[in-house]
Amino acid sequence: MSTLLSVCELTMRFGGLTAIDQLSLEVPAGKITGIIGPNGAGKTTLFNCLTGFYKPTTGTLRLNHPTRGELRLESLSSHRVARDAQVVRTFQNIRLFPKMTVLENLIVAQHNVLQRASKFSIAGIFALPVYRKAEGEAMARAETWLRRLKLERLADHAAGDLPYGIQRRIEIARALCVNPVLLCLDEPAAGLNPRESAELNELLLYLCGEMGIAILLIEHDMSVVMNVSDHICVINYGRKIAEGSPEKVQNDPQVIKAYLGEDDEDDADDASGGIAA
Amino acid sequence: MSAVVFARHQITPAERLRDAGWVAFVALILGIPLIGLTTVDAGGSLEVSTRFGLLAACVVAAFGGRLGLRWMIDTMGARKLERQRADTGKSVGISPVKVVNVIGWIALGASIALPIMYSDNRYVVDTATTVLIYVMLGWGLNVVVGLAGLLDLGYVAFYAVGAYSYALLSTQYGWGFWEALPVSGGLAATFGILLGYPILRLRGDYLAIVTLGFGEIIRIILVNWTEFSNGPNGISSIPRPTLFGLEFSRSAAEGEQTFSTFFGIDYSPMHRLIFLYYLILVLALLTHAFVSRLRKLPIGRAWEALREDEIACQAMGMNTTNIKLSAFAIGAMLGGFAGMFFAARQGFISPESFTFTESAIILAIVVLGGMGSQMGVVLAATLLVLIPEFGRNFSEYRMLLFGAAMVLIMVWKPSGLLSHREPTLRLSRGGARNQDALEEAAQ
Repeated sequence: MSTLLSVCELTMRFGGLTAIDQLSLEVPAGKITGIIGPNGAGKTTLFNCLTGFYKPTTGTLRLNHPTRGELRLESLSSHRVARDAQVVRTFQNIRLFPKMTVLENLIVAQHNVLQRASKFSIAGIFALPVYRKAEGEAMARAETWLRRLKLERLADHAAGDLPYGIQRRIEIARALCVNPVLLCLDEPAAGLNPRESAELNELLLYLCGEMGIAILLIEHDMSVVMNVSDHICVINYGRKIAEGSPEKVQNDPQVIKAYLGEDDEDDADDASGGIAA
Repeated sequence: MSAVVFARHQITPAERLRDAGWVAFVALILGIPLIGLTTVDAGGSLEVSTRFGLLAACVVAAFGGRLGLRWMIDTMGARKLERQRADTGKSVGISPVKVVNVIGWIALGASIALPIMYSDNRYVVDTATTVLIYVMLGWGLNVVVGLAGLLDLGYVAFYAVGAYSYALLSTQYGWGFWEALPVSGGLAATFGILLGYPILRLRGDYLAIVTLGFGEIIRIILVNWTEFSNGPNGISSIPRPTLFGLEFSRSAAEGEQTFSTFFGIDYSPMHRLIFLYYLILVLALLTHAFVSRLRKLPIGRAWEALREDEIACQAMGMNTTNIKLSAFAIGAMLGGFAGMFFAARQGFISPESFTFTESAIILAIVVLGGMGSQMGVVLAATLLVLIPEFGRNFSEYRMLLFGAAMVLIMVWKPSGLLSHREPTLRLSRGGARNQDALEEAAQ
């Protein structure tokens, strides 16, 4: 089992607040790695560091890209993380392009390929074959993912007008159109009903099993994390407190303490994150 | 249906009266110094006299006006809600896109026919030319504000750069209109990038302030750098554009021909006006074709995505720096072309023509038209130029009329005259099933 991403002694400080403290983590290629922890544990901060939205205070993020060799994510800006390292994320509070249609959202995700083919828009303006071919391919890719995520009938609707659960699916479809090697999903099951989260499980297993995409998953919905993750990492107060298979993590006394608190010190601990399942 | 009506909060007459009362109160407070008190010249000294009768009339007018306005807003809102209720479940009758397209073709036909119909009416052709300049400016600013969502309050700066670059190139170096056209556009685009670079990180209000400042900087430089721009006196005798070397004047220079002698027709000063009209029409149509095409290309979709969510753009691997700069550059270039045409048409330019009011009017055209809507810009530009023109009969009440018209448009259509957004591409299969799909998804 090869390692795709290794996070080494990552620390992120905001003034006096240490959001992530000496965190080390390995993400294997082609597997699903779950990240859980109570609210405010630093999970989303970890994603922001990974995807270039924050510059880590110290630590390294090494990505073994299958074709481009080793890339240091901490030195890349956010758009280069997605473009060059192909590490693509979704957001906890969905960030679609609301007035654009679902299809347009998926085409915008392929901007870099299309922009290159449009040759500074000149080939695009005159609809030269080189651009038309690229556009056709982009449409085909978008259509494939629309069909796979059962969105093809909604393709021409404005994304912002659609129900919440569907917007979550669109965001995943859009991330897939960037052609990720590592897909970082920030609470993809939040706000989904049980049927939708069962479908999400199936999708995640398909993506990593059939497509070979490694997935890093932040999730509070235990029916998702425990069922699909190959490996789980538990974070609390920016530190890793446990790691291992779902069964092992579930029975870890440290984890139970982090989530439910201890009998004799229930004051400061924020146990409200709670295990949802 | 009745459930809907009950669900809406019913505004009681008492509430309406209270609301109008507040407005009348504000009008009273403002009106005391503005209307109630006035100075009269009493033989060498000034005396304060009162006009409380007029003040009372104004306060009553404000009260009545507010009542009427509220009533209008409420009935319109209720009617719209009812219409929406009636529409759900039904398929859309006539798509708004088709209507807009038909209007567009009619407008195009009318604008081509206009100078032929009014070939001896200088005023009509001149006003129509002004409308087209604003249409072109609106289309240019639409790229920056409507598509990319970058609020630019200093757009007139690029208009000025275009105008002055042609004015200086032609009067100092003897360049013709057509040689100077790409250079002026290029210079304006360069200024667009120069402005864009330092403000990449700014958004919303902050961006608006800096762009406002940039517009003023350019104007103040033009006023004060006398050696360069001849200061407030402006630049005069700017050469007019020629038609493939044919001049539109009574007599041609040595070795040149005039338009009238070449075609063997009598000289008329209207020829030049009509030529200028068609020139700006062609420039505007090229702008329209260019912007509409860009909108359907990756760059145009990237601008719209940037307007929708910049963070998501970055997460999709898009270089937002380049996207912003390209929007600024292309918007500025189009403004530069319009400015250059303006200089060539007027024959004289001075910093007076490039004040903040111009920026505000161009922005008003984009906002009133409906952000990002190309046809909306045409409608709004026509309205905003024609209302003050028709208002000429009302002399000093002209600007009042202009303001009232803008308020009414914003009440009637808060998101602009034409706010419908047409997708840049569609999945090949028809939209008839979309409604069922949406209902299915909602379950």
